Amino acid sequence: MALSEPLLKMEKIGKAYFGNRVLKDVSFTLEKGQILGLVGENGAGKSTLMNILFGMSVIQETGGYEGKFFINGEEAQFKNPLDALDAGIGMVHQEFSLIPGFTAAENIVLNREPTQYNVLVESFGDRLRTLNTDEMELRGKTAIEKLNVVIDSDTLVSEMPVGHKQFTEIAREIDKEKTQLLVLDEPTAVLTESEAEILLASMRKLAAMGIAIIFISHRLHEIIDVCDKIVVLRDGQVVHETTPAQTNVMEIATHMVGRNIESAFAREETVRSFAKDILKVEHLWVDMPGETVRDVSFSVKEGEIFGIGGLAGQGKLGIANGIMGMYPSGGSVVFDGKEVVLNDPRSPLSMGIASVSEDRRGVGLLLEEPISWNIIFTTLQMQSRFLKPVFGGLFKIRDEEAIREATQKYIEALEIKCTGEHQRVQELSGGNQQKVCLAKAFALHPKLLFVSEPTRGIDVGAKRVVLDTLREYNQKRGTTIVMISSELEELRSICDQIAIVNEGRIGGTRPATCPSTEFGLLMLGEIKNGVEKVGV
Amino acid sequence: MMNNIRSFIEKAGWPRVIIALFLLGLFVMAPFVRVRVDTSISDTLVRFGMNGVMVLAMVPMIQAGCGLNFGLPLGIIAGLLGAVTSIELGVTGLPGIFTAMLIATPIAIVLGWLYGQLLNRVKGGEMMIATYVGFSSVAFMCIMWLVLPYKSPNMVWGYAGAGLRTTISVDGYWSRAISDILAFNIGDFFYCPTGMMLFFAFLCFAMWMFMKTKIGTAMTTVGSNPEYAKAAGVNVDRMRTLSVVLSTVLGAIGIIMYEQSFGFIQLYMGPFYMAFPAVAAILIGGASVNKASILNVVIGTILFQGILTMTPSVINSLIETDMSEVIRIIVSNGMILYALTRVVKVKS
Repeated sequence: MALSEPLLKMEKIGKAYFGNRVLKDVSFTLEKGQILGLVGENGAGKSTLMNILFGMSVIQETGGYEGKFFINGEEAQFKNPLDALDAGIGMVHQEFSLIPGFTAAENIVLNREPTQYNVLVESFGDRLRTLNTDEMELRGKTAIEKLNVVIDSDTLVSEMPVGHKQFTEIAREIDKEKTQLLVLDEPTAVLTESEAEILLASMRKLAAMGIAIIFISHRLHEIIDVCDKIVVLRDGQVVHETTPAQTNVMEIATHMVGRNIESAFAREETVRSFAKDILKVEHLWVDMPGETVRDVSFSVKEGEIFGIGGLAGQGKLGIANGIMGMYPSGGSVVFDGKEVVLNDPRSPLSMGIASVSEDRRGVGLLLEEPISWNIIFTTLQMQSRFLKPVFGGLFKIRDEEAIREATQKYIEALEIKCTGEHQRVQELSGGNQQKVCLAKAFALHPKLLFVSEPTRGIDVGAKRVVLDTLREYNQKRGTTIVMISSELEELRSICDQIAIVNEGRIGGTRPATCPSTEFGLLMLGEIKNGVEKVGV
Repeated sequence: MMNNIRSFIEKAGWPRVIIALFLLGLFVMAPFVRVRVDTSISDTLVRFGMNGVMVLAMVPMIQAGCGLNFGLPLGIIAGLLGAVTSIELGVTGLPGIFTAMLIATPIAIVLGWLYGQLLNRVKGGEMMIATYVGFSSVAFMCIMWLVLPYKSPNMVWGYAGAGLRTTISVDGYWSRAISDILAFNIGDFFYCPTGMMLFFAFLCFAMWMFMKTKIGTAMTTVGSNPEYAKAAGVNVDRMRTLSVVLSTVLGAIGIIMYEQSFGFIQLYMGPFYMAFPAVAAILIGGASVNKASILNVVIGTILFQGILTMTPSVINSLIETDMSEVIRIIVSNGMILYALTRVVKVKS
């Protein structure tokens, strides 16, 4: 039983954005030297909770929060992140906030540099004291050593591998003398496994020194490994609080999604057969930066779900972008007996090919426009639907009523969580944005649908909905779907056939029922039989 | 009640509420310093109608993501060419104005197309380039006004018999030809330029309708996210060019409206600073660099021109010295300065 007050005590924290409730009645406590694992799906409210704790201005700007939290028994009300820093809360964000041109040591002691006297101080005051570089070095080194890693404090941040940047950020937080609570937001996401191990070890060491840590991670085994206490958030509420001894990965995952996790990647074991080729791609090359396609040939049968997998940067994303006319390309693409004109986005669209881009925020959405515009725009442009004649047919303008109805239909069908069809898309969560992208493609009533990385950056629950929607759409309407994804298991769960792209070429095509190891070998280019066809 | 007021202010934006209250204050103060309210309202209406079309010209380019049209002088030059040619031909009354517009439009289309091609090559830096397109076209035309073979004795320098004068009167040709349609007076001091108002309203309505068509929607989308538009099969560059052409044509029509009400054609350095009041008006109306509505145009023009009309006369009478020109310059440039600081964020 703790005699003193806990270091951090959250009491009934709640928060709503634009009428959307994202946090409700969140309460937990954290003792000195404890590591608390905070887990939840994307959009469960983890980031919002941390923003509240850290006094981020976005919270104030959107109407503040409900409830209270206490630090060492005193109620804390941070107006900005500086207050939080003063109270000894350190935060390491997912995105690095380091100065690339400075060394590790300089970054670590930034704005808290040890200084020494020089003659200018006499006339201009303390702001002109000289930096004490030796002591800076020393402090940098000490902080890094506390983390059990070897980083030369002289190295420029711009020349470091990602892992070292992460450690430098953490070192900066622990160099602050007052730091008593450290928030690590997915620090291991960018680390290799061995680096992650080191980080976990240093976290234990920091905890032993009395620093409390809130650790946010999607890697559940890490959470179980290192934490003293685990809090699971779902839909803004604490649904489960436990200790690693009493639980396992499966149980946490189940609490996170609120349903049985294994069903997420289950597939129906029926092998479907298809007659006719609908899409024939021959010797396609696409000049897409980072995803160059060199020489790709494959054919897709009408009504099937065709998967394209492969490691990042091998060119799988280039295929869809090339055919859709987004990047310079060449070769031959025949759809439904007709040649698709490359380098002209109108040609594939007018033939009934639609695409859901992997770059959701960059290409897929109009972030500042309402949901309705996002969904109907392509259809309006390409098929001139949602227009009504005015002045006796002199010209046509947007039919707002038809747009509203269509949008409502998709919002309901895809369970898009929003305040209405006028809500701006940038206010939606990643999963809901993805659903808007799907709705946009569905509105075109396509005969063939390219879906690139449909589940990237969205949580398990939304993944399930997206994959189910695609499968259902394929079965009910007979729409051929070409799904491009880096996640092999996802492809195997819904596709009929999967082609693996390696170095800009098709490494091989296999039925999805093949064991994963086979696909793994194809990805690594271990099997050299690019032209082999598999009969289904 | 309080909630209603608060949500109204939230919607309108504090800057507009404050400026509107200030303008209202000027009108309330006017009678006390012996400035006639009816004359003031009449002046504001006239200036509103004169400048409205040029403010409206900002809309297409903003919506298509080309930023604020600082190159408006280009459109104005097309309008001036139309106007002087119409006078040269000696057409009077309404037909004279329509002749001017008819001549100005094709010139504006050609210039706008070229200007659009240029802007498509400098994506991201449109506004800076546009400013200098405007300035340099004005400088170029300073030479051309002298060289072009216009002969009408009403327009050329008397002593040389060649080269156009800096200020040309449209009196006797089509002075107030549009303004005076259905125009009426109340008492000696109130004049309502009904025709000009109707014409402006018509153009606003046409623009509003256009923005709701397929092409207008595509234009807005290009401004919102060009990549999205491209993926949806829209030719981004063509939409941008179209928006620039539209803006230039509206600039040309706008200056002809301005001249017929003003009574003079101002050549040479006349168009030099014409873009700034239009830019300031639409920004004060609540537009941002990539979103503008017809409402922004109307509100912005009323507020900007209202302040510009009222401040000099009221303050002049207050301090009882003739400083109206100085005050006008301070106020108009102050408003422009304020508006340009609003370029990034509008809803504050």
